[in-house]
Amino acid sequence: MAGRVASSTQITHGQRLWLYVLVALVMAFLVIPCLIIIPLSFSDSQYLEFPPRGWSLRWYEAFFTSDEWLRSAVVSLKVASSTTVLATVLGTLASYGLHKKAGGLDPVVRGALMLPMMVPLIFVAIGAFFVYSRLGLNNTLTGLVLAHTTLAIPFVMIAVSNGLASFDVNLERAARSLGASPVRAFLTVTLPQIRISVISGMLFAFITSFDEVVVSLFISSGATSTLTKRMFANIRDQVDPTVAAISSMLVVLSIIVLVAAQFVRRDGGATGDR
Amino acid sequence: MTTVAADLLPPNAGVLNAGLLGGDERRQRLAMFGLSVPALVLVALVLLVPFSWLAWLSFFDASGALSGENYARLLRPAYVNSFLSTLQVSAAVTAICILLGYPVAYLLSQLPQRVAQVLLVFIILPFWTSVLVRTYAWLVLLQREGVINTWLKQLGLISESLPLVNNLTGTIIGMVHVMLPFLILPLYSSMRAIDPVYLRAAANCGASPAQSFRQVFLPLSAPGLGAGAALTFVLCLGFYLTPALLGGGRVAMWSTQIADAVSKFANWGAASALSVALLVVTGIILWAMKWAVRRLGSSLGEG
Amino acid sequence: MTSGAVSIRNVSKAFGAFKALDDVSLDIEPGEFLTLLGPSGSGKTTLLNVIAGFERPDAGSLLVDGVEFITRPPHKRDLGMVFQNYALFPHMDVFNNVAYPLKLRRVSSSSIRERVRQALDVVQMAHLSARRVTELSGGQKQRVALARAIVFEPKLLLMDEPLSALDKNLREHMQIELKRLHDRLGMTTVYVTHDQQEALTMSDRVAVLRSGKIVQLDTPKTIYDRPNCRFVASFMGETRMLPVRKAGNGYEFAGRQLKLAQPPSAGAEQWLVVRPERLGWHGHDERDNRIEGLVVDVVYRGDSHSIALKLPGDHEISIRHTPVQDHPLPEPGQTLTLWLTPQASVLVEETGA
Repeated sequence: MAGRVASSTQITHGQRLWLYVLVALVMAFLVIPCLIIIPLSFSDSQYLEFPPRGWSLRWYEAFFTSDEWLRSAVVSLKVASSTTVLATVLGTLASYGLHKKAGGLDPVVRGALMLPMMVPLIFVAIGAFFVYSRLGLNNTLTGLVLAHTTLAIPFVMIAVSNGLASFDVNLERAARSLGASPVRAFLTVTLPQIRISVISGMLFAFITSFDEVVVSLFISSGATSTLTKRMFANIRDQVDPTVAAISSMLVVLSIIVLVAAQFVRRDGGATGDR
Repeated sequence: MTTVAADLLPPNAGVLNAGLLGGDERRQRLAMFGLSVPALVLVALVLLVPFSWLAWLSFFDASGALSGENYARLLRPAYVNSFLSTLQVSAAVTAICILLGYPVAYLLSQLPQRVAQVLLVFIILPFWTSVLVRTYAWLVLLQREGVINTWLKQLGLISESLPLVNNLTGTIIGMVHVMLPFLILPLYSSMRAIDPVYLRAAANCGASPAQSFRQVFLPLSAPGLGAGAALTFVLCLGFYLTPALLGGGRVAMWSTQIADAVSKFANWGAASALSVALLVVTGIILWAMKWAVRRLGSSLGEG
Repeated sequence: MTSGAVSIRNVSKAFGAFKALDDVSLDIEPGEFLTLLGPSGSGKTTLLNVIAGFERPDAGSLLVDGVEFITRPPHKRDLGMVFQNYALFPHMDVFNNVAYPLKLRRVSSSSIRERVRQALDVVQMAHLSARRVTELSGGQKQRVALARAIVFEPKLLLMDEPLSALDKNLREHMQIELKRLHDRLGMTTVYVTHDQQEALTMSDRVAVLRSGKIVQLDTPKTIYDRPNCRFVASFMGETRMLPVRKAGNGYEFAGRQLKLAQPPSAGAEQWLVVRPERLGWHGHDERDNRIEGLVVDVVYRGDSHSIALKLPGDHEISIRHTPVQDHPLPEPGQTLTLWLTPQASVLVEETGA
């Protein structure tokens, strides 16, 4: 192996062994913290040790028997699913309108819609808190959904715009020439063709909302506390291993979503989409 | 058709159907613009209106009179220090991310596409995992009786637990972990776009691997590195979650100051002045980096 | 029989400073096969898209059977279109692609089945109606796209370089098939191509476009034999332009007075249109124009030899020598005498009259 040429500059694998070691260490640094929480969450002790001395499901039990935790999990699920629907619809409509080039203001509109992804979350948090206090939207599910949708729209737009960029405009023209109205052509031809991008956008939107902390910290409390808000308060005030159990479930959820995104993409590739 | 005095006609009426077609085009554009309106309304409600409102309020004092009081307050030592420490932390995190991220992006870009796709999972999985979960994991790993201190003691390397969390060290470790994918992913895709034929050409001209890396690959990857570093730096400037949890209240970042001004002191004047200042500084830094990257790219290219 | 008369009046379209269509007017007869021919950027596709409703002109009028269509949305124009890349819907099978326009028109499902089968029969694709379109070859996709465009019996059939993605043999075969289909269905057809051979083979009339203007509109034979300007002449076939000099009442090339069947226009700058296949090897008749050339190269090409000749004034021309010709293969360095009949000797100017 060491004598084989590794790149077009004729460098050998042996000569850049140091690079492989360094990259392996960095990748371990990136991945281990995401995964180590899973075995830790099955520890039977109050102190999270690795490897755990004894195994138990007590922290999962603590989560599933706590009304407070469960209520906030339900809040998060409700908010994330409403956000997914709203952000996917609004983001897809906006991407389509901008793709069709409405006029000279397009770059401004696109920039404005991308802003929530670019400005620090703390801005969105205090801004929403400030305006919601005047509209009575603080501590409401509606307020959470509107704020999370704003944050998720850029992710939907990136995904859908990518899909539209590789969509063959002649397909939609063909539908129009065959007698389909603009709405009909979009629903029967364009949407089925960009469905993979729309689905990735939906997954992004769901994760964006479900994992969001900073904005929720400011605009939700009590009965409308999201799961992440309650976790944040819990982490700050005491080290309760129940959070490890919840974190493990969130990591598994991320992996599922990641795998789902890959699966959807591969499946789409096999059926000739894109 | 009746005749109309020439000066009563719209400018294009002399040309067949021009007015009709112009109107049709405007209607279509308006309809397409209309598709963005719901999303725009939402962004305006949650972000643009409140932020402009707050920016406006920052120019008035508590009594409602126009004043620079809120900005004058930013010059107090507590705020100046938090400003400086934000810059220091952001610079340190960005530098560490470059040192760790550049080799990763480089190696991935040199590997066959198929292998690189698999290895990218190691970057994308953390990217998709909740920042809160990752920060919590670091808290568990780094705390006084945490996994790392326990191991180091068992190995006999230390006798007393090291203070790894609730301070600057923990904040920087946690932030590097969050920011690294933001540097690696754009850098990787820009490096993928570098045609390997340039390196072959350099080798053909007699350059050693080290020379061809320094004289060809490095200048070509500079714009991607600059963009990734600027993104990382700017994200650090406004980052709230990890400093708030891993800093243990000892690391005063700009974002935590803004949060405290609102949630602890209900001081909207201070919070909005801090936000406006952060926005301005971010803008200046982005512009300066863009300029510097362009200069860097061209000077490396000449050298 | 549907009619489908198209009348285009003063249509202009600019993209910034570029004039894609410059005050174009054109009448298309019912049932006619009309080809828009031109190089890329000549405006032929823009004009087709104006007819289809995909491009909104800056000004002009488009009448179809006397009805103003210019601001009518594409789905209310009722015209079939075949796209360059076929634009078959990848998420539908062959049957559903062809049924799509009928479903939009709320045709009953039994009638849809019948009409789709008929349309697929016309293009000989009925046996593949359950195939996914991604599994079809280029020629099969072409046929399905055609079936989809004609199944709802539109007044007008538009085709945008439909054969350009096919290989040469299939393309020539499809040209003949399309022509036969047109004769059978009698639909007014507007066909866009940059391939002059295709235009000459299929059309009733050809409109040659250049820089957003129609430079010549006529039957294929007239366009080929009597091009009205240098541009049209050079666009048709393998053509060389030889500059001629005005001498007295007539024109001369290489010092010889040209014998012409038709009097040329009065312009001072004229070119003689030379098509290699019109050059005879033997002077049958001293009434023909005589052209002498020096053989530079003889290249073997399988079915023939290609002979490169240098004419007086440093003009190069290349002609074919086929084995059946009863004269010997010339050799480099030899001087060859060629003959051009007065009927085949056409002079053109830079711009059309």
